[in-house]
Amino acid sequence: MTAAATRIALVGAPNCGKSTLFNGLTGGRAKVANYPGATVETRHGRFETPGGHSVDLIDLPGFYGMSPRSLDEKIALETVLGKDGAAPELILALVDAANVRTHLQSVLQLRAIGAPMIVVLNMYDLALRDGFEIDLEKLEKELALPVVTANATRKAGREALLAKLDGVLAGLKDIKPAPAGAYPAPEDIRAHQGEARRIADAAILYEPLFNRATRIIDRFALHPLFGPAILAALLFFMFQAVFTWATAPVDFLDASAGALGEFLGARLPEGWLRDLLVDGVIAGVGSVVVFLPQIVILFTFILLLEASGYMARAAFLMDEIMHRFGLNGRAFIPLLSSFACAIPGIMASRVIENDRDRLTTILIAPLMTCSARLPVYTLIIAAFIPKETVGPFNLQGLVLFALYIAGIFSAVLIAFLFKRTIAKARSQPLIMELPTYKLPNAKDFFISLWMRASAFLKRAGTVILATSVILWFLAAYPASATSLRESFAGRIGSLLEPLLAPIGFNLEIAIALVPGMAAREVAVSALGTVYAVHGGPEDAQGLAETLQSAWSLPTALAFLAWYVFAPQCFATLATIRRETGSWKWAGFALGYLFALAYLGAGLVYWGARAAGL
Amino acid sequence: MLLSDMKKGAAGRIAAISADDPLIEAKLREIGFAESDSVELAHIGPLGGTPVCVRLNRTLIALRLDEAKAISVTVEP
Repeated sequence: MTAAATRIALVGAPNCGKSTLFNGLTGGRAKVANYPGATVETRHGRFETPGGHSVDLIDLPGFYGMSPRSLDEKIALETVLGKDGAAPELILALVDAANVRTHLQSVLQLRAIGAPMIVVLNMYDLALRDGFEIDLEKLEKELALPVVTANATRKAGREALLAKLDGVLAGLKDIKPAPAGAYPAPEDIRAHQGEARRIADAAILYEPLFNRATRIIDRFALHPLFGPAILAALLFFMFQAVFTWATAPVDFLDASAGALGEFLGARLPEGWLRDLLVDGVIAGVGSVVVFLPQIVILFTFILLLEASGYMARAAFLMDEIMHRFGLNGRAFIPLLSSFACAIPGIMASRVIENDRDRLTTILIAPLMTCSARLPVYTLIIAAFIPKETVGPFNLQGLVLFALYIAGIFSAVLIAFLFKRTIAKARSQPLIMELPTYKLPNAKDFFISLWMRASAFLKRAGTVILATSVILWFLAAYPASATSLRESFAGRIGSLLEPLLAPIGFNLEIAIALVPGMAAREVAVSALGTVYAVHGGPEDAQGLAETLQSAWSLPTALAFLAWYVFAPQCFATLATIRRETGSWKWAGFALGYLFALAYLGAGLVYWGARAAGL
Repeated sequence: MLLSDMKKGAAGRIAAISADDPLIEAKLREIGFAESDSVELAHIGPLGGTPVCVRLNRTLIALRLDEAKAISVTVEP
């Protein structure tokens, strides 16, 4: 038994099951997906082998070979080569058993730099089911490396790998870690390619034809007419579902928060503590937590589209139109993730190979309607848009859809402008594998979904709780204040009010926007707190009713337009700074998005007034 | 014939791979393109016929026409 954990890196092409194996071995917390570049950060996990060796497993972004173009490929290679700290002591090189011919190339490149390695033929059961016959002994002999088969999704499918790992780890002290290697020259790549094919031809006894189900599905999914129609229908269905399916659980959570507030309100003695709990904590946090069902539904769709292999198809279908607006088809994936949250979206932009394309994508990612805007949108829509149906559609769902479209449309325009001004570059290549369709793995799906839901709840429990309490204090004190305008919050809001009055925003909105800088959804809890403190009911339903009487329709619409653009999320700005390496671009994003928000809200307000709404 | 000039449904064997940018050639090789492999132009993009999607051995690869120009194919009738 070794005292220190052995550092082992998981490498391989995208979609060969690295993250699934990582989750299986470590009980995992890594994102699992089925398109190139899902694992954009390196993730570490600890586990112990049956033989008692403790292992520090590193899950790396996928790469096909050692000619990195994108940032995530560079991250993976630099970790493997030890350019950034100590090189891993052992490499688990995952190879899709159905794609040995191609995937062996990177194994040979790694072998050439002398990295200690175990070759893992993953998804071996699927390859056998498809009819593959592979001579494993021959493969092991030709490669002169240990080879083992695995089915990462099942415990039984990982046993042989663990046994092999124990055997190798026992003898590892005799093996020297790989020296920091260099990237291969073009002639090496050609030589490795020839050698990979020679070995594959020797070891693969029978290779079946291309996956039939994938071929049949793609006949429709990638059809020049049906393909875009299917994609549009999927997205439309997704956004309708977010609004309609969530109604019952949202109402339930809403009623629970209201009941809890009443329960505490009736039992606690009158005083500042009761006010803090009922008006600050429950009204503030409660009005945000009720949107958990919508966030879960949205992420369910995104995760399933990723894991099934459809997302890369969407990138293929969208590439040319995005290309014409100065983006890359690959930007579709980060931008779609940004509908859930701009932070993973901005991080996923590392798959984009060109720096300028990547910068444009990062700068427009906050324009995609993230789930944190949903609480704001749904509150205002529920309060001001009648519950009617237009043909087969729900009018409220249509308005929500229009807000999403407004975000996309402005993102496209902005990208178009940026590419011609600040991010000029010649057009960049697209070379992308479309993975075979797969049924998503339930365990990987639930781990990812839980990570997203818990991140949202954690925000509700920390940032939103803190801002709710601070705002409650600012709105309730000094004790001498008899109206909102005299409170601390009112004084800060009053400073902003003259600036915001021309776009139809009242004092309460000006106050709510102050803590709303921390995170968009905080504006809802802030409105809840602002109106609750001065005599309104504290649950979200009640808030909607309060807003109906306090706001005009043009104000409500201007508020929606503001939120299409406003960069009210510190975490996003911090992520932009980290990913671009400077506050300059974060500051630029902040400035241009606020300018758009002010302009957008103003246009909507005056347009609505002129239309007599 | 260049891969970029092939019609949808056409198939053949790769005769040569060479791009002005050595990184593009490396990338094409690493994702699986190799001389004498068979390719089929399986799908074309909905707008302007780009990107194209080729069936290469057991994988599907999407690439823009610019990248497809780097691959010449001996088309089988």
